[in-house]
Amino acid sequence: MNFLELIWLIPLFPLFGALMMLLAGKRLDPQAASEVAVASDVEPVSAERGHGHGGAKFLISLFCPGMVLLSFLLSAAAVFQLSSLPEKTHQVIQFTWLAGQPFHMAGGGMATFAADWGFLLDPLSSVMILVVTGVGFLIHVYSIGYMAHDGGYYRFFGYLNLFVFFMLMLVLANNYALLFVGWEGVGLCSYLLIGFYFHKKSAADAGKKAFVMNRIGDAGFLLGILLMLATVGSVRFVDVNQALTSGRFHPEIAGFGVLSAMALLLFIGATGKSAQVPLYVWLPDAMEGPTPVSALIHAATMVTAGVYMVARSNALFALAPETSLIVAVVGAFTAILAASIALVQNDIKRVLAYSTISQLGFMFMAAGVGAYWVAIFHLFTHAFFKALLFLGSGSVIHAMSGEQDMRGMGGLKDKIPVTFRTMFIGSVAIAGIPGLAGFFSKDEILWQVFSSPLGSKSVYMVGIVTAAMTAFYMWRLMFMTFYGASRADARTQAHVHESPRTMTVPLMALAAGSALAGWIGVPKLWSVFPEGFRAFEHWLAPVFEAAAAHRTAHGAAPHDTSIEWLLMGLSVAVAVAGILAARYLYLIKPGLPDAIRKSSGPLYDTLLNKWYVDELYDFLFVNGLAKGGGTAMANFDSVVVDGGVDGAGWLTRFTSRVSIWWDTWIIDGGIRFASFLVKVSSYPVRILQTGYLQSYALVFVVGVAGFLLYFGMR
Amino acid sequence: MTMLDTIFFYIFALLALSGAVLTVTRRSAVHSAIWLIVSLFGVAGLYLLQRAEFLFAVQIVLYIGGIMVLFLFVIMLVDLDRASRERQFNKAWWLALACVAGVGAEIAYFLTKGPGAFQFPPGAAAPAAGGNVERLADALFSEYLLPFEMASLLLLVAVVGSVILAKKRI
Amino acid sequence: MLHPITPAHYLILSAALLLIGTLGVLSRRNVIIILMSIELILNAVNINLVTFSRLFDQMNGQIFAIFVITVAVAEAAVGLGILIAMFRNKETVQADEIDLLKW
Repeated sequence: MNFLELIWLIPLFPLFGALMMLLAGKRLDPQAASEVAVASDVEPVSAERGHGHGGAKFLISLFCPGMVLLSFLLSAAAVFQLSSLPEKTHQVIQFTWLAGQPFHMAGGGMATFAADWGFLLDPLSSVMILVVTGVGFLIHVYSIGYMAHDGGYYRFFGYLNLFVFFMLMLVLANNYALLFVGWEGVGLCSYLLIGFYFHKKSAADAGKKAFVMNRIGDAGFLLGILLMLATVGSVRFVDVNQALTSGRFHPEIAGFGVLSAMALLLFIGATGKSAQVPLYVWLPDAMEGPTPVSALIHAATMVTAGVYMVARSNALFALAPETSLIVAVVGAFTAILAASIALVQNDIKRVLAYSTISQLGFMFMAAGVGAYWVAIFHLFTHAFFKALLFLGSGSVIHAMSGEQDMRGMGGLKDKIPVTFRTMFIGSVAIAGIPGLAGFFSKDEILWQVFSSPLGSKSVYMVGIVTAAMTAFYMWRLMFMTFYGASRADARTQAHVHESPRTMTVPLMALAAGSALAGWIGVPKLWSVFPEGFRAFEHWLAPVFEAAAAHRTAHGAAPHDTSIEWLLMGLSVAVAVAGILAARYLYLIKPGLPDAIRKSSGPLYDTLLNKWYVDELYDFLFVNGLAKGGGTAMANFDSVVVDGGVDGAGWLTRFTSRVSIWWDTWIIDGGIRFASFLVKVSSYPVRILQTGYLQSYALVFVVGVAGFLLYFGMR
Repeated sequence: MTMLDTIFFYIFALLALSGAVLTVTRRSAVHSAIWLIVSLFGVAGLYLLQRAEFLFAVQIVLYIGGIMVLFLFVIMLVDLDRASRERQFNKAWWLALACVAGVGAEIAYFLTKGPGAFQFPPGAAAPAAGGNVERLADALFSEYLLPFEMASLLLLVAVVGSVILAKKRI
Repeated sequence: MLHPITPAHYLILSAALLLIGTLGVLSRRNVIIILMSIELILNAVNINLVTFSRLFDQMNGQIFAIFVITVAVAEAAVGLGILIAMFRNKETVQADEIDLLKW
């Protein structure tokens, strides 16, 4: 069976699941109404209700994850068949979805806009669909256990399936227009899922915030697509790549040109979706949604859509070095900013949220210096350990009866061993300890940033400092949550229990991934390992040919192996240092952090309050626009609009006065003059009307005289 | 016998003119009527001089014998004593005089200086064959038959009209 | 003085009669005199017609004159009838006392 021809089915399975939930879910789910938000700001996991599953709920639990599993299996089969093709790319175009009239491009020439309902399977999209469906499936399974107590079960799975559908559309699309459909769709599902507990105002607000910030980015993205259409003439990936690599467009080394603008606009879209500066503030608030949502959408898949899009557009970014530099700098800045905030957050999910932002910054750093495959590699490994960490934290929260503040946790490692061990693996991975996944990808990023002709040393400095901070805050989390004595109250402590199998088995699977996934991207430095261990780079090489060619044109990176070993050692060292520092502060001397906090008051407060960015946005945009706009509108209304109305009134009165004058003097005057004329002219005529016979006869005679006179004159 | 013609012309002309002048100037209506009869006689004579014998006869019989008698009857019916004592002429008689003088001047101009003034072709000194009455009757009953009949209709209308107008109570 | 009588003489005579008659119509107050003056005018016209009839040796002029006389008869009858009716109503035969149509 040719699975390659069936790739269009891959998104349709979860869509079918979502539709089924939409049509029949309410009837299936006994707890259809969402009885949520009993406690004000705590996830409603009620211990009293128990972990039972009703029969109908079982059906949903089987159906929706099953759909995702089917997508995963089909994806795996298709990717397998793809790997046997010589030219590793396969397009399936089902029909032309949007067709337009021919139009003139910016540089002359004619083009016709056409967007297909088409799917492209190449190495890049194959990585993405495996990640989305694989991790997605595991999270679906996890949700069976996690959401068992909540109302709106069918709604949750419906939305989750819908999200998977849109995400698959995004990564499988063969043109920017269809990608944008998926882009918007995942934004919508993010809104729906963040605001899943819609009775809670904070959740509803967070959903709105996420959607609005996404939209701001999407405006830039759409402009970028339109500019691309005007410049290149098509939105299909193959056409665009062909045009950009054909030599028709020159790399804009000298300055900022059309291509740089196009790339920058696309990057703005990525900023919104992937939570980079300045559009990142929605992601921490998005933690209002259920934990599986945070894991799937805001760690593994949706937020990586921006990275995917930038990677897909690598031919464009290769020709726009200025924008690539901006991408790298923004990524670096975001990484260190987010990491600094994560250092002092107390909510376990907030730490992970800022960690996600920071890691996304790393991915953009890699993309910005032209190492696209490394960015995708980090995306790949990050999906595993971040999903693991989120799900694990969900498990912790579940065990702690809804407590999310780490200051109320501690001493859990013996009570919830599976959760502890899997989170241990995830934390080690993210810290960058050699052997686990995070090390390989993060180290490669740091090396590329340092050594690439497009990289810079200062960006590297930021990267290494961020790596240190990453290790520190991650292990701060671990130590505060699992080690030491418990700081929770007695009732909560009594209720601590391990999560059910539906929750722990995905954790274990993800832990295995976090450990092993890195071994397909072993650095070249470790020449002892054969090339098979570098499969990831080779697999993705055809997609990033253009970028690679460009880099070699700039002069190949000097492979100074001694520096590379040095830097690798440095990154390991800072990771270990971070872990040890966390251990010192939170295990050995638990009172020390408070002392530090007190002594560095303002700095601590700033970090705790996220550098007051939210407050700044609030002041500038929300208040500024709302209030300033309101005042402006009030002024406009009273001065301009009311002034206009008054003016119209005055004008009417004035014209009426003119009309009165006109009527009295001109019109009536005319009439009166006519009558005057008649009267005046009638006086002489009246004289003729004598009534005398003889005067009439006289007139006859006078007429005769005149007649004769006339003839005499002739 | 042109000498006789001339003398008779002047006699008849004098009759006509003097009769006319006296008609328009007498105070008494009866006198005016008598003088009009005189004038009409003069005109009849002029017709005779012009070899219009039938018209001469008709003038006398019809005009003088019919119309003037009618005038005299009406003068009798109407009380003119008061009228004869009042002013006879209009207030604007001078205006009438002036207009008439003007018209007269113009006619004089035409008669003397007008185109082809008195360049009459040499007239037929001898009358054509047939007497006046015969010739008149020929023309009247052949060429002018329709006007003749209409004239009789006119007279009928006039008779009816005058009877009605003059009745005291219709 | 004693030129042979040409048609010109007759025309001048006719013109003179016409003018006298017109003067009578315009300036006399008595309606009967006015009617008589009208007869004078008609006669003047008749002389003119007959003169030209004689001149061109055609009967047209005389026939026209007959018709003029016919019309004069009718007109005199009707006019006098009006006069009698007017006298019955207003007890006057003076033209300038009949001014009912005066504005």
